[in-house]
Amino acid sequence: MTPTYYLLLSALLFAIGAIGVLVRRNAIVVFMCIELMLNSVNLTLVTFARINGSLSGQVMAFFVMVVAAAEVVVGLAIIMSIFRTRRSASVDDSNLLKY
Amino acid sequence: MLYTALVLAAGPTTDHIGPGEAITFWILGPLAVAGALGMLFARNAVHSALWLVLTMLSLGVLYMVQQAPFLGFVQIIVYTGAIMMLFLFVLMMVGRDSSDSVVEVLRGQRLWAGILGVGLAGLVVGIVFRSLNLVTAAGLAGPNGTGGGNVAQIGRSLFTDFLFPFELTSALLITAAVGAMILAYTGRGAKGGKRTQREMMVARFRGEHDRPSPLPGPGVFATANSVATPALLPDGSIAPESLSEIIEATQVTEFEHDLAEVADTEPGPDPHALTGTETTHEEVRS
Amino acid sequence: MGTVFAASGVASASWLLLALPALGALVLLVGGRRTDGWGHLLGCATIALAFVWGLVLFFHTTGLPADQRVQNLHLWSWIPVNDLQVDFGLRIDPLSLTFVLLITGVGGLIHIYSIGYMSHDRDRRRFFAYLNLFVASMLLLVLGNGFVTLYLGWEGVGLASYLLIGWYSDRPTAATAAKKAFLMNRVGDVGLALGIFILFAKLHTTQFTEVFAQAHTLSGGTLTAVGLLFLLGACGKSGQFPLQAWLPDAMEGPTPVSALIHAATMVTAGVYLVARANPIFDLTSSGRLAVVIIGSITLLIGSIIGCAYDDIKKVLAYSTVSQIGYMMLAVGLGPFGYALGIVHLLSHGFFKAGLFLGAGSVMHAMDDETDMRRFGGLFRRMPITAVTFGLGYLAIIGFPGLSGFFSKDAIIDAAFRQGGWQGWVFGVAAALGAGLTAFYMTRLVIMTFFGDARWPELKTAEGKDYHPHEAKSVMTVPMIILAVGSVGAGAFLTLGHRMSDWLTPSLGQLQEHAAGPLSSTVVSVLVLGVSAIGVLVAYLVVARRAVPVQRPEPVSWPVRAARADLYGNSLNEVLVARPGQWFTGVLVFIDKMGVDGLVNGLAAAFGGTSGRLRRLQTGFVRSYALTMLGGAILLVAALLLVRFSA
Repeated sequence: MTPTYYLLLSALLFAIGAIGVLVRRNAIVVFMCIELMLNSVNLTLVTFARINGSLSGQVMAFFVMVVAAAEVVVGLAIIMSIFRTRRSASVDDSNLLKY
Repeated sequence: MLYTALVLAAGPTTDHIGPGEAITFWILGPLAVAGALGMLFARNAVHSALWLVLTMLSLGVLYMVQQAPFLGFVQIIVYTGAIMMLFLFVLMMVGRDSSDSVVEVLRGQRLWAGILGVGLAGLVVGIVFRSLNLVTAAGLAGPNGTGGGNVAQIGRSLFTDFLFPFELTSALLITAAVGAMILAYTGRGAKGGKRTQREMMVARFRGEHDRPSPLPGPGVFATANSVATPALLPDGSIAPESLSEIIEATQVTEFEHDLAEVADTEPGPDPHALTGTETTHEEVRS
Repeated sequence: MGTVFAASGVASASWLLLALPALGALVLLVGGRRTDGWGHLLGCATIALAFVWGLVLFFHTTGLPADQRVQNLHLWSWIPVNDLQVDFGLRIDPLSLTFVLLITGVGGLIHIYSIGYMSHDRDRRRFFAYLNLFVASMLLLVLGNGFVTLYLGWEGVGLASYLLIGWYSDRPTAATAAKKAFLMNRVGDVGLALGIFILFAKLHTTQFTEVFAQAHTLSGGTLTAVGLLFLLGACGKSGQFPLQAWLPDAMEGPTPVSALIHAATMVTAGVYLVARANPIFDLTSSGRLAVVIIGSITLLIGSIIGCAYDDIKKVLAYSTVSQIGYMMLAVGLGPFGYALGIVHLLSHGFFKAGLFLGAGSVMHAMDDETDMRRFGGLFRRMPITAVTFGLGYLAIIGFPGLSGFFSKDAIIDAAFRQGGWQGWVFGVAAALGAGLTAFYMTRLVIMTFFGDARWPELKTAEGKDYHPHEAKSVMTVPMIILAVGSVGAGAFLTLGHRMSDWLTPSLGQLQEHAAGPLSSTVVSVLVLGVSAIGVLVAYLVVARRAVPVQRPEPVSWPVRAARADLYGNSLNEVLVARPGQWFTGVLVFIDKMGVDGLVNGLAAAFGGTSGRLRRLQTGFVRSYALTMLGGAILLVAALLLVRFSA
């Protein structure tokens, strides 16, 4: 067994997250899928840190978490305000900006 | 090329993956994938969130196994503990609407999403496997073993090499906090803001609501005080406004007995129907 | 050409000449109905003040030594664009001052006359605003110190002329005449503009001072081209052949307008242009010859057509065309005739304005009737009009001692003295024109004022009786003053070379050929004889028989041709209008099928394509995300291909 398996696992999780973003319509669930993709990237970073024998990868993963936290806070606030005005959390309902 | 570079970078100290780690990986890896799939397929958003928690916990443990104990705990505390709870809070606020409908409105969206997702997975897996199949990890025994271990080394790294990005993230966080507050705040008078009781009453009598009076409470002529028990109108029929939208009402048949008891003493349509029935009831009791 | 001096003293305030009428026009136009009550008085007052100021400038200039009378007043830098430096300024010299006095003097009299003539018009205030606008533009035309300033005034008078010809805009004929005048003037204006462009291209300036100083550096071909283009401009503005057709139609305007703009001042702008550009025309003999030819043709055409018309204003209009032909002939003679042309212009300004005002008085009395066949015997009813008109008549036919005698005979004499075939051809043409002038003017006077009164048996257009009466004094006084001018102006200006000496600083010394084929006395006798024959023939034809009220038909072909304006309109129609229409039709076809087809087709192609592409913007975030994912996969696949195929 090599660390490559971690990378394969993360690729799988990333693909599942991507599919989720495309398929799910609840904005909150879409958000969760994005979190999943971020997590899979974190796993990649941690694995490469181990392969290279350097802590920089872990620091990078740490930054990713911080940015993800900020993103979640703002994103959920946006979802809340959209929900308050449109009484819906479906991403398909916010489709006014079109041809 | 990448392969040789990695091997050269690895240097003399190589990191061997022991059977313990392998067992951990083969248990937690499938669990993580299962969690992800569960999140993908769960109809209810709350279930999705819980499935995701499973994936995140697995990943946290995998971080620890991969010689990143600090990140592993941060993952569990921050992600699983804080962020996912935030998700659940919002889900609770958004309420019933949070479950998806089954019908897909965009033609071919699911098909193409599946094809592209699987294609992406295949592509990346192919790349990784082809380029990194035989790689051996350098391991973090060196950095983790010196000067206070993993946490201290990450801290040193953060405040030396990554000081500037670190300060930038602090700015990012405070901006996000302020932004979220502004987005989520609804002041009094704003659209959807809270109104005083007085304003509500004025609005009601102005006709902005269906009826000026409050909805009939449960159990006016009922034996139970439960929200599930609908109110009865003076003629014994159920007041439709008193039926809760969320909670399934108690079946009418279940209080047929009570109804019959009241209906017998009904004096017929009368402005004083309420007092009239009340007195008859007293007389019967006595 | 003498040196040019910067204006000083009172001359530095000569801009007041322009400002006064312009201010009057502005107040009257902007003020609207509020100024109805006193608008006409303001209009007259501004012109009168301008006249007084013109007199002051005149006496200031006469007080200067003869070689310092050309003054330039720089007001501001008008168009400062790199190489194109156009200054706005005035040139005060004997030539421009002569015109200033003519314009403001005659213009002032006609303003006063208009108070009476237009008294029944609802929009009299607006009429005075236009008249003031005209005077301001005309003054700018003659005072400007560069060709661009002149052009500005040139277009300004064109605008005023258009507005005033179409004054009775409820009459289709007036509206058409206004459009016709405007369009035919445009043809001439293009010539003038092109001439100015050539001057700028060659000399890099359009100011008179610089252009005239450098004119001798130009090649002969350039000078001829500029001269011919200026001649085209002059033809348009002055109603010369082949652009004469608009001027008779312009008589649709009110009679004071005909008198001021289409007889005395504006139509002489062409003569002014040639005289002003004398340093250029001096250097191109072929250009001068063209001017002379045009002038001769026009004077004959005008007088021939004048013989056939029955409309009193149209006869006078063709008389104007013919008289301006004389002026063009004169200025075309170069240094031998510039001053003569200007003198004739001045005396013509007096007697033709007087004649038009007389005609206006007759029309005023006869319910706006213009057909001379319905007049007759008006002498008794309108003695003042008849006498002033008669004096103007005697002046125009060149009765000895009156204006025309001095000014016109001098031109005919100068034409003969050209020598060679030119002298004979142009001299005989001019003399013949004098005879024809005598004929048609006599015919006009007899039909209007003498003979049997034909109007008592006729009804007006509204079915009422005619009640001819003498006009009010506000109308007769200007006529009397102009009549005095008609009598005395010629003698006053020519005797002792008074006028030509005064104009010398602007136009150069008036030269005279030592001797022509005929001596001056012989020419005078000849012209008098021809004119007398014309008068006699007119008397025999018109006075000895009763004038039929209906126009006799059929008539001999010369009369038919003259009645049809010698086919001037048909000529324009066939030579210009039809081919122009065909050409335009072809261009429109090419434009529609070729250019529009290409452009519209391209636009339709883009529109259609984007209309379909637009549908991709569904507004669904998930569609966009799908596209992004597809793109990302493509990128990764491409990278992979490059990476592993190597």
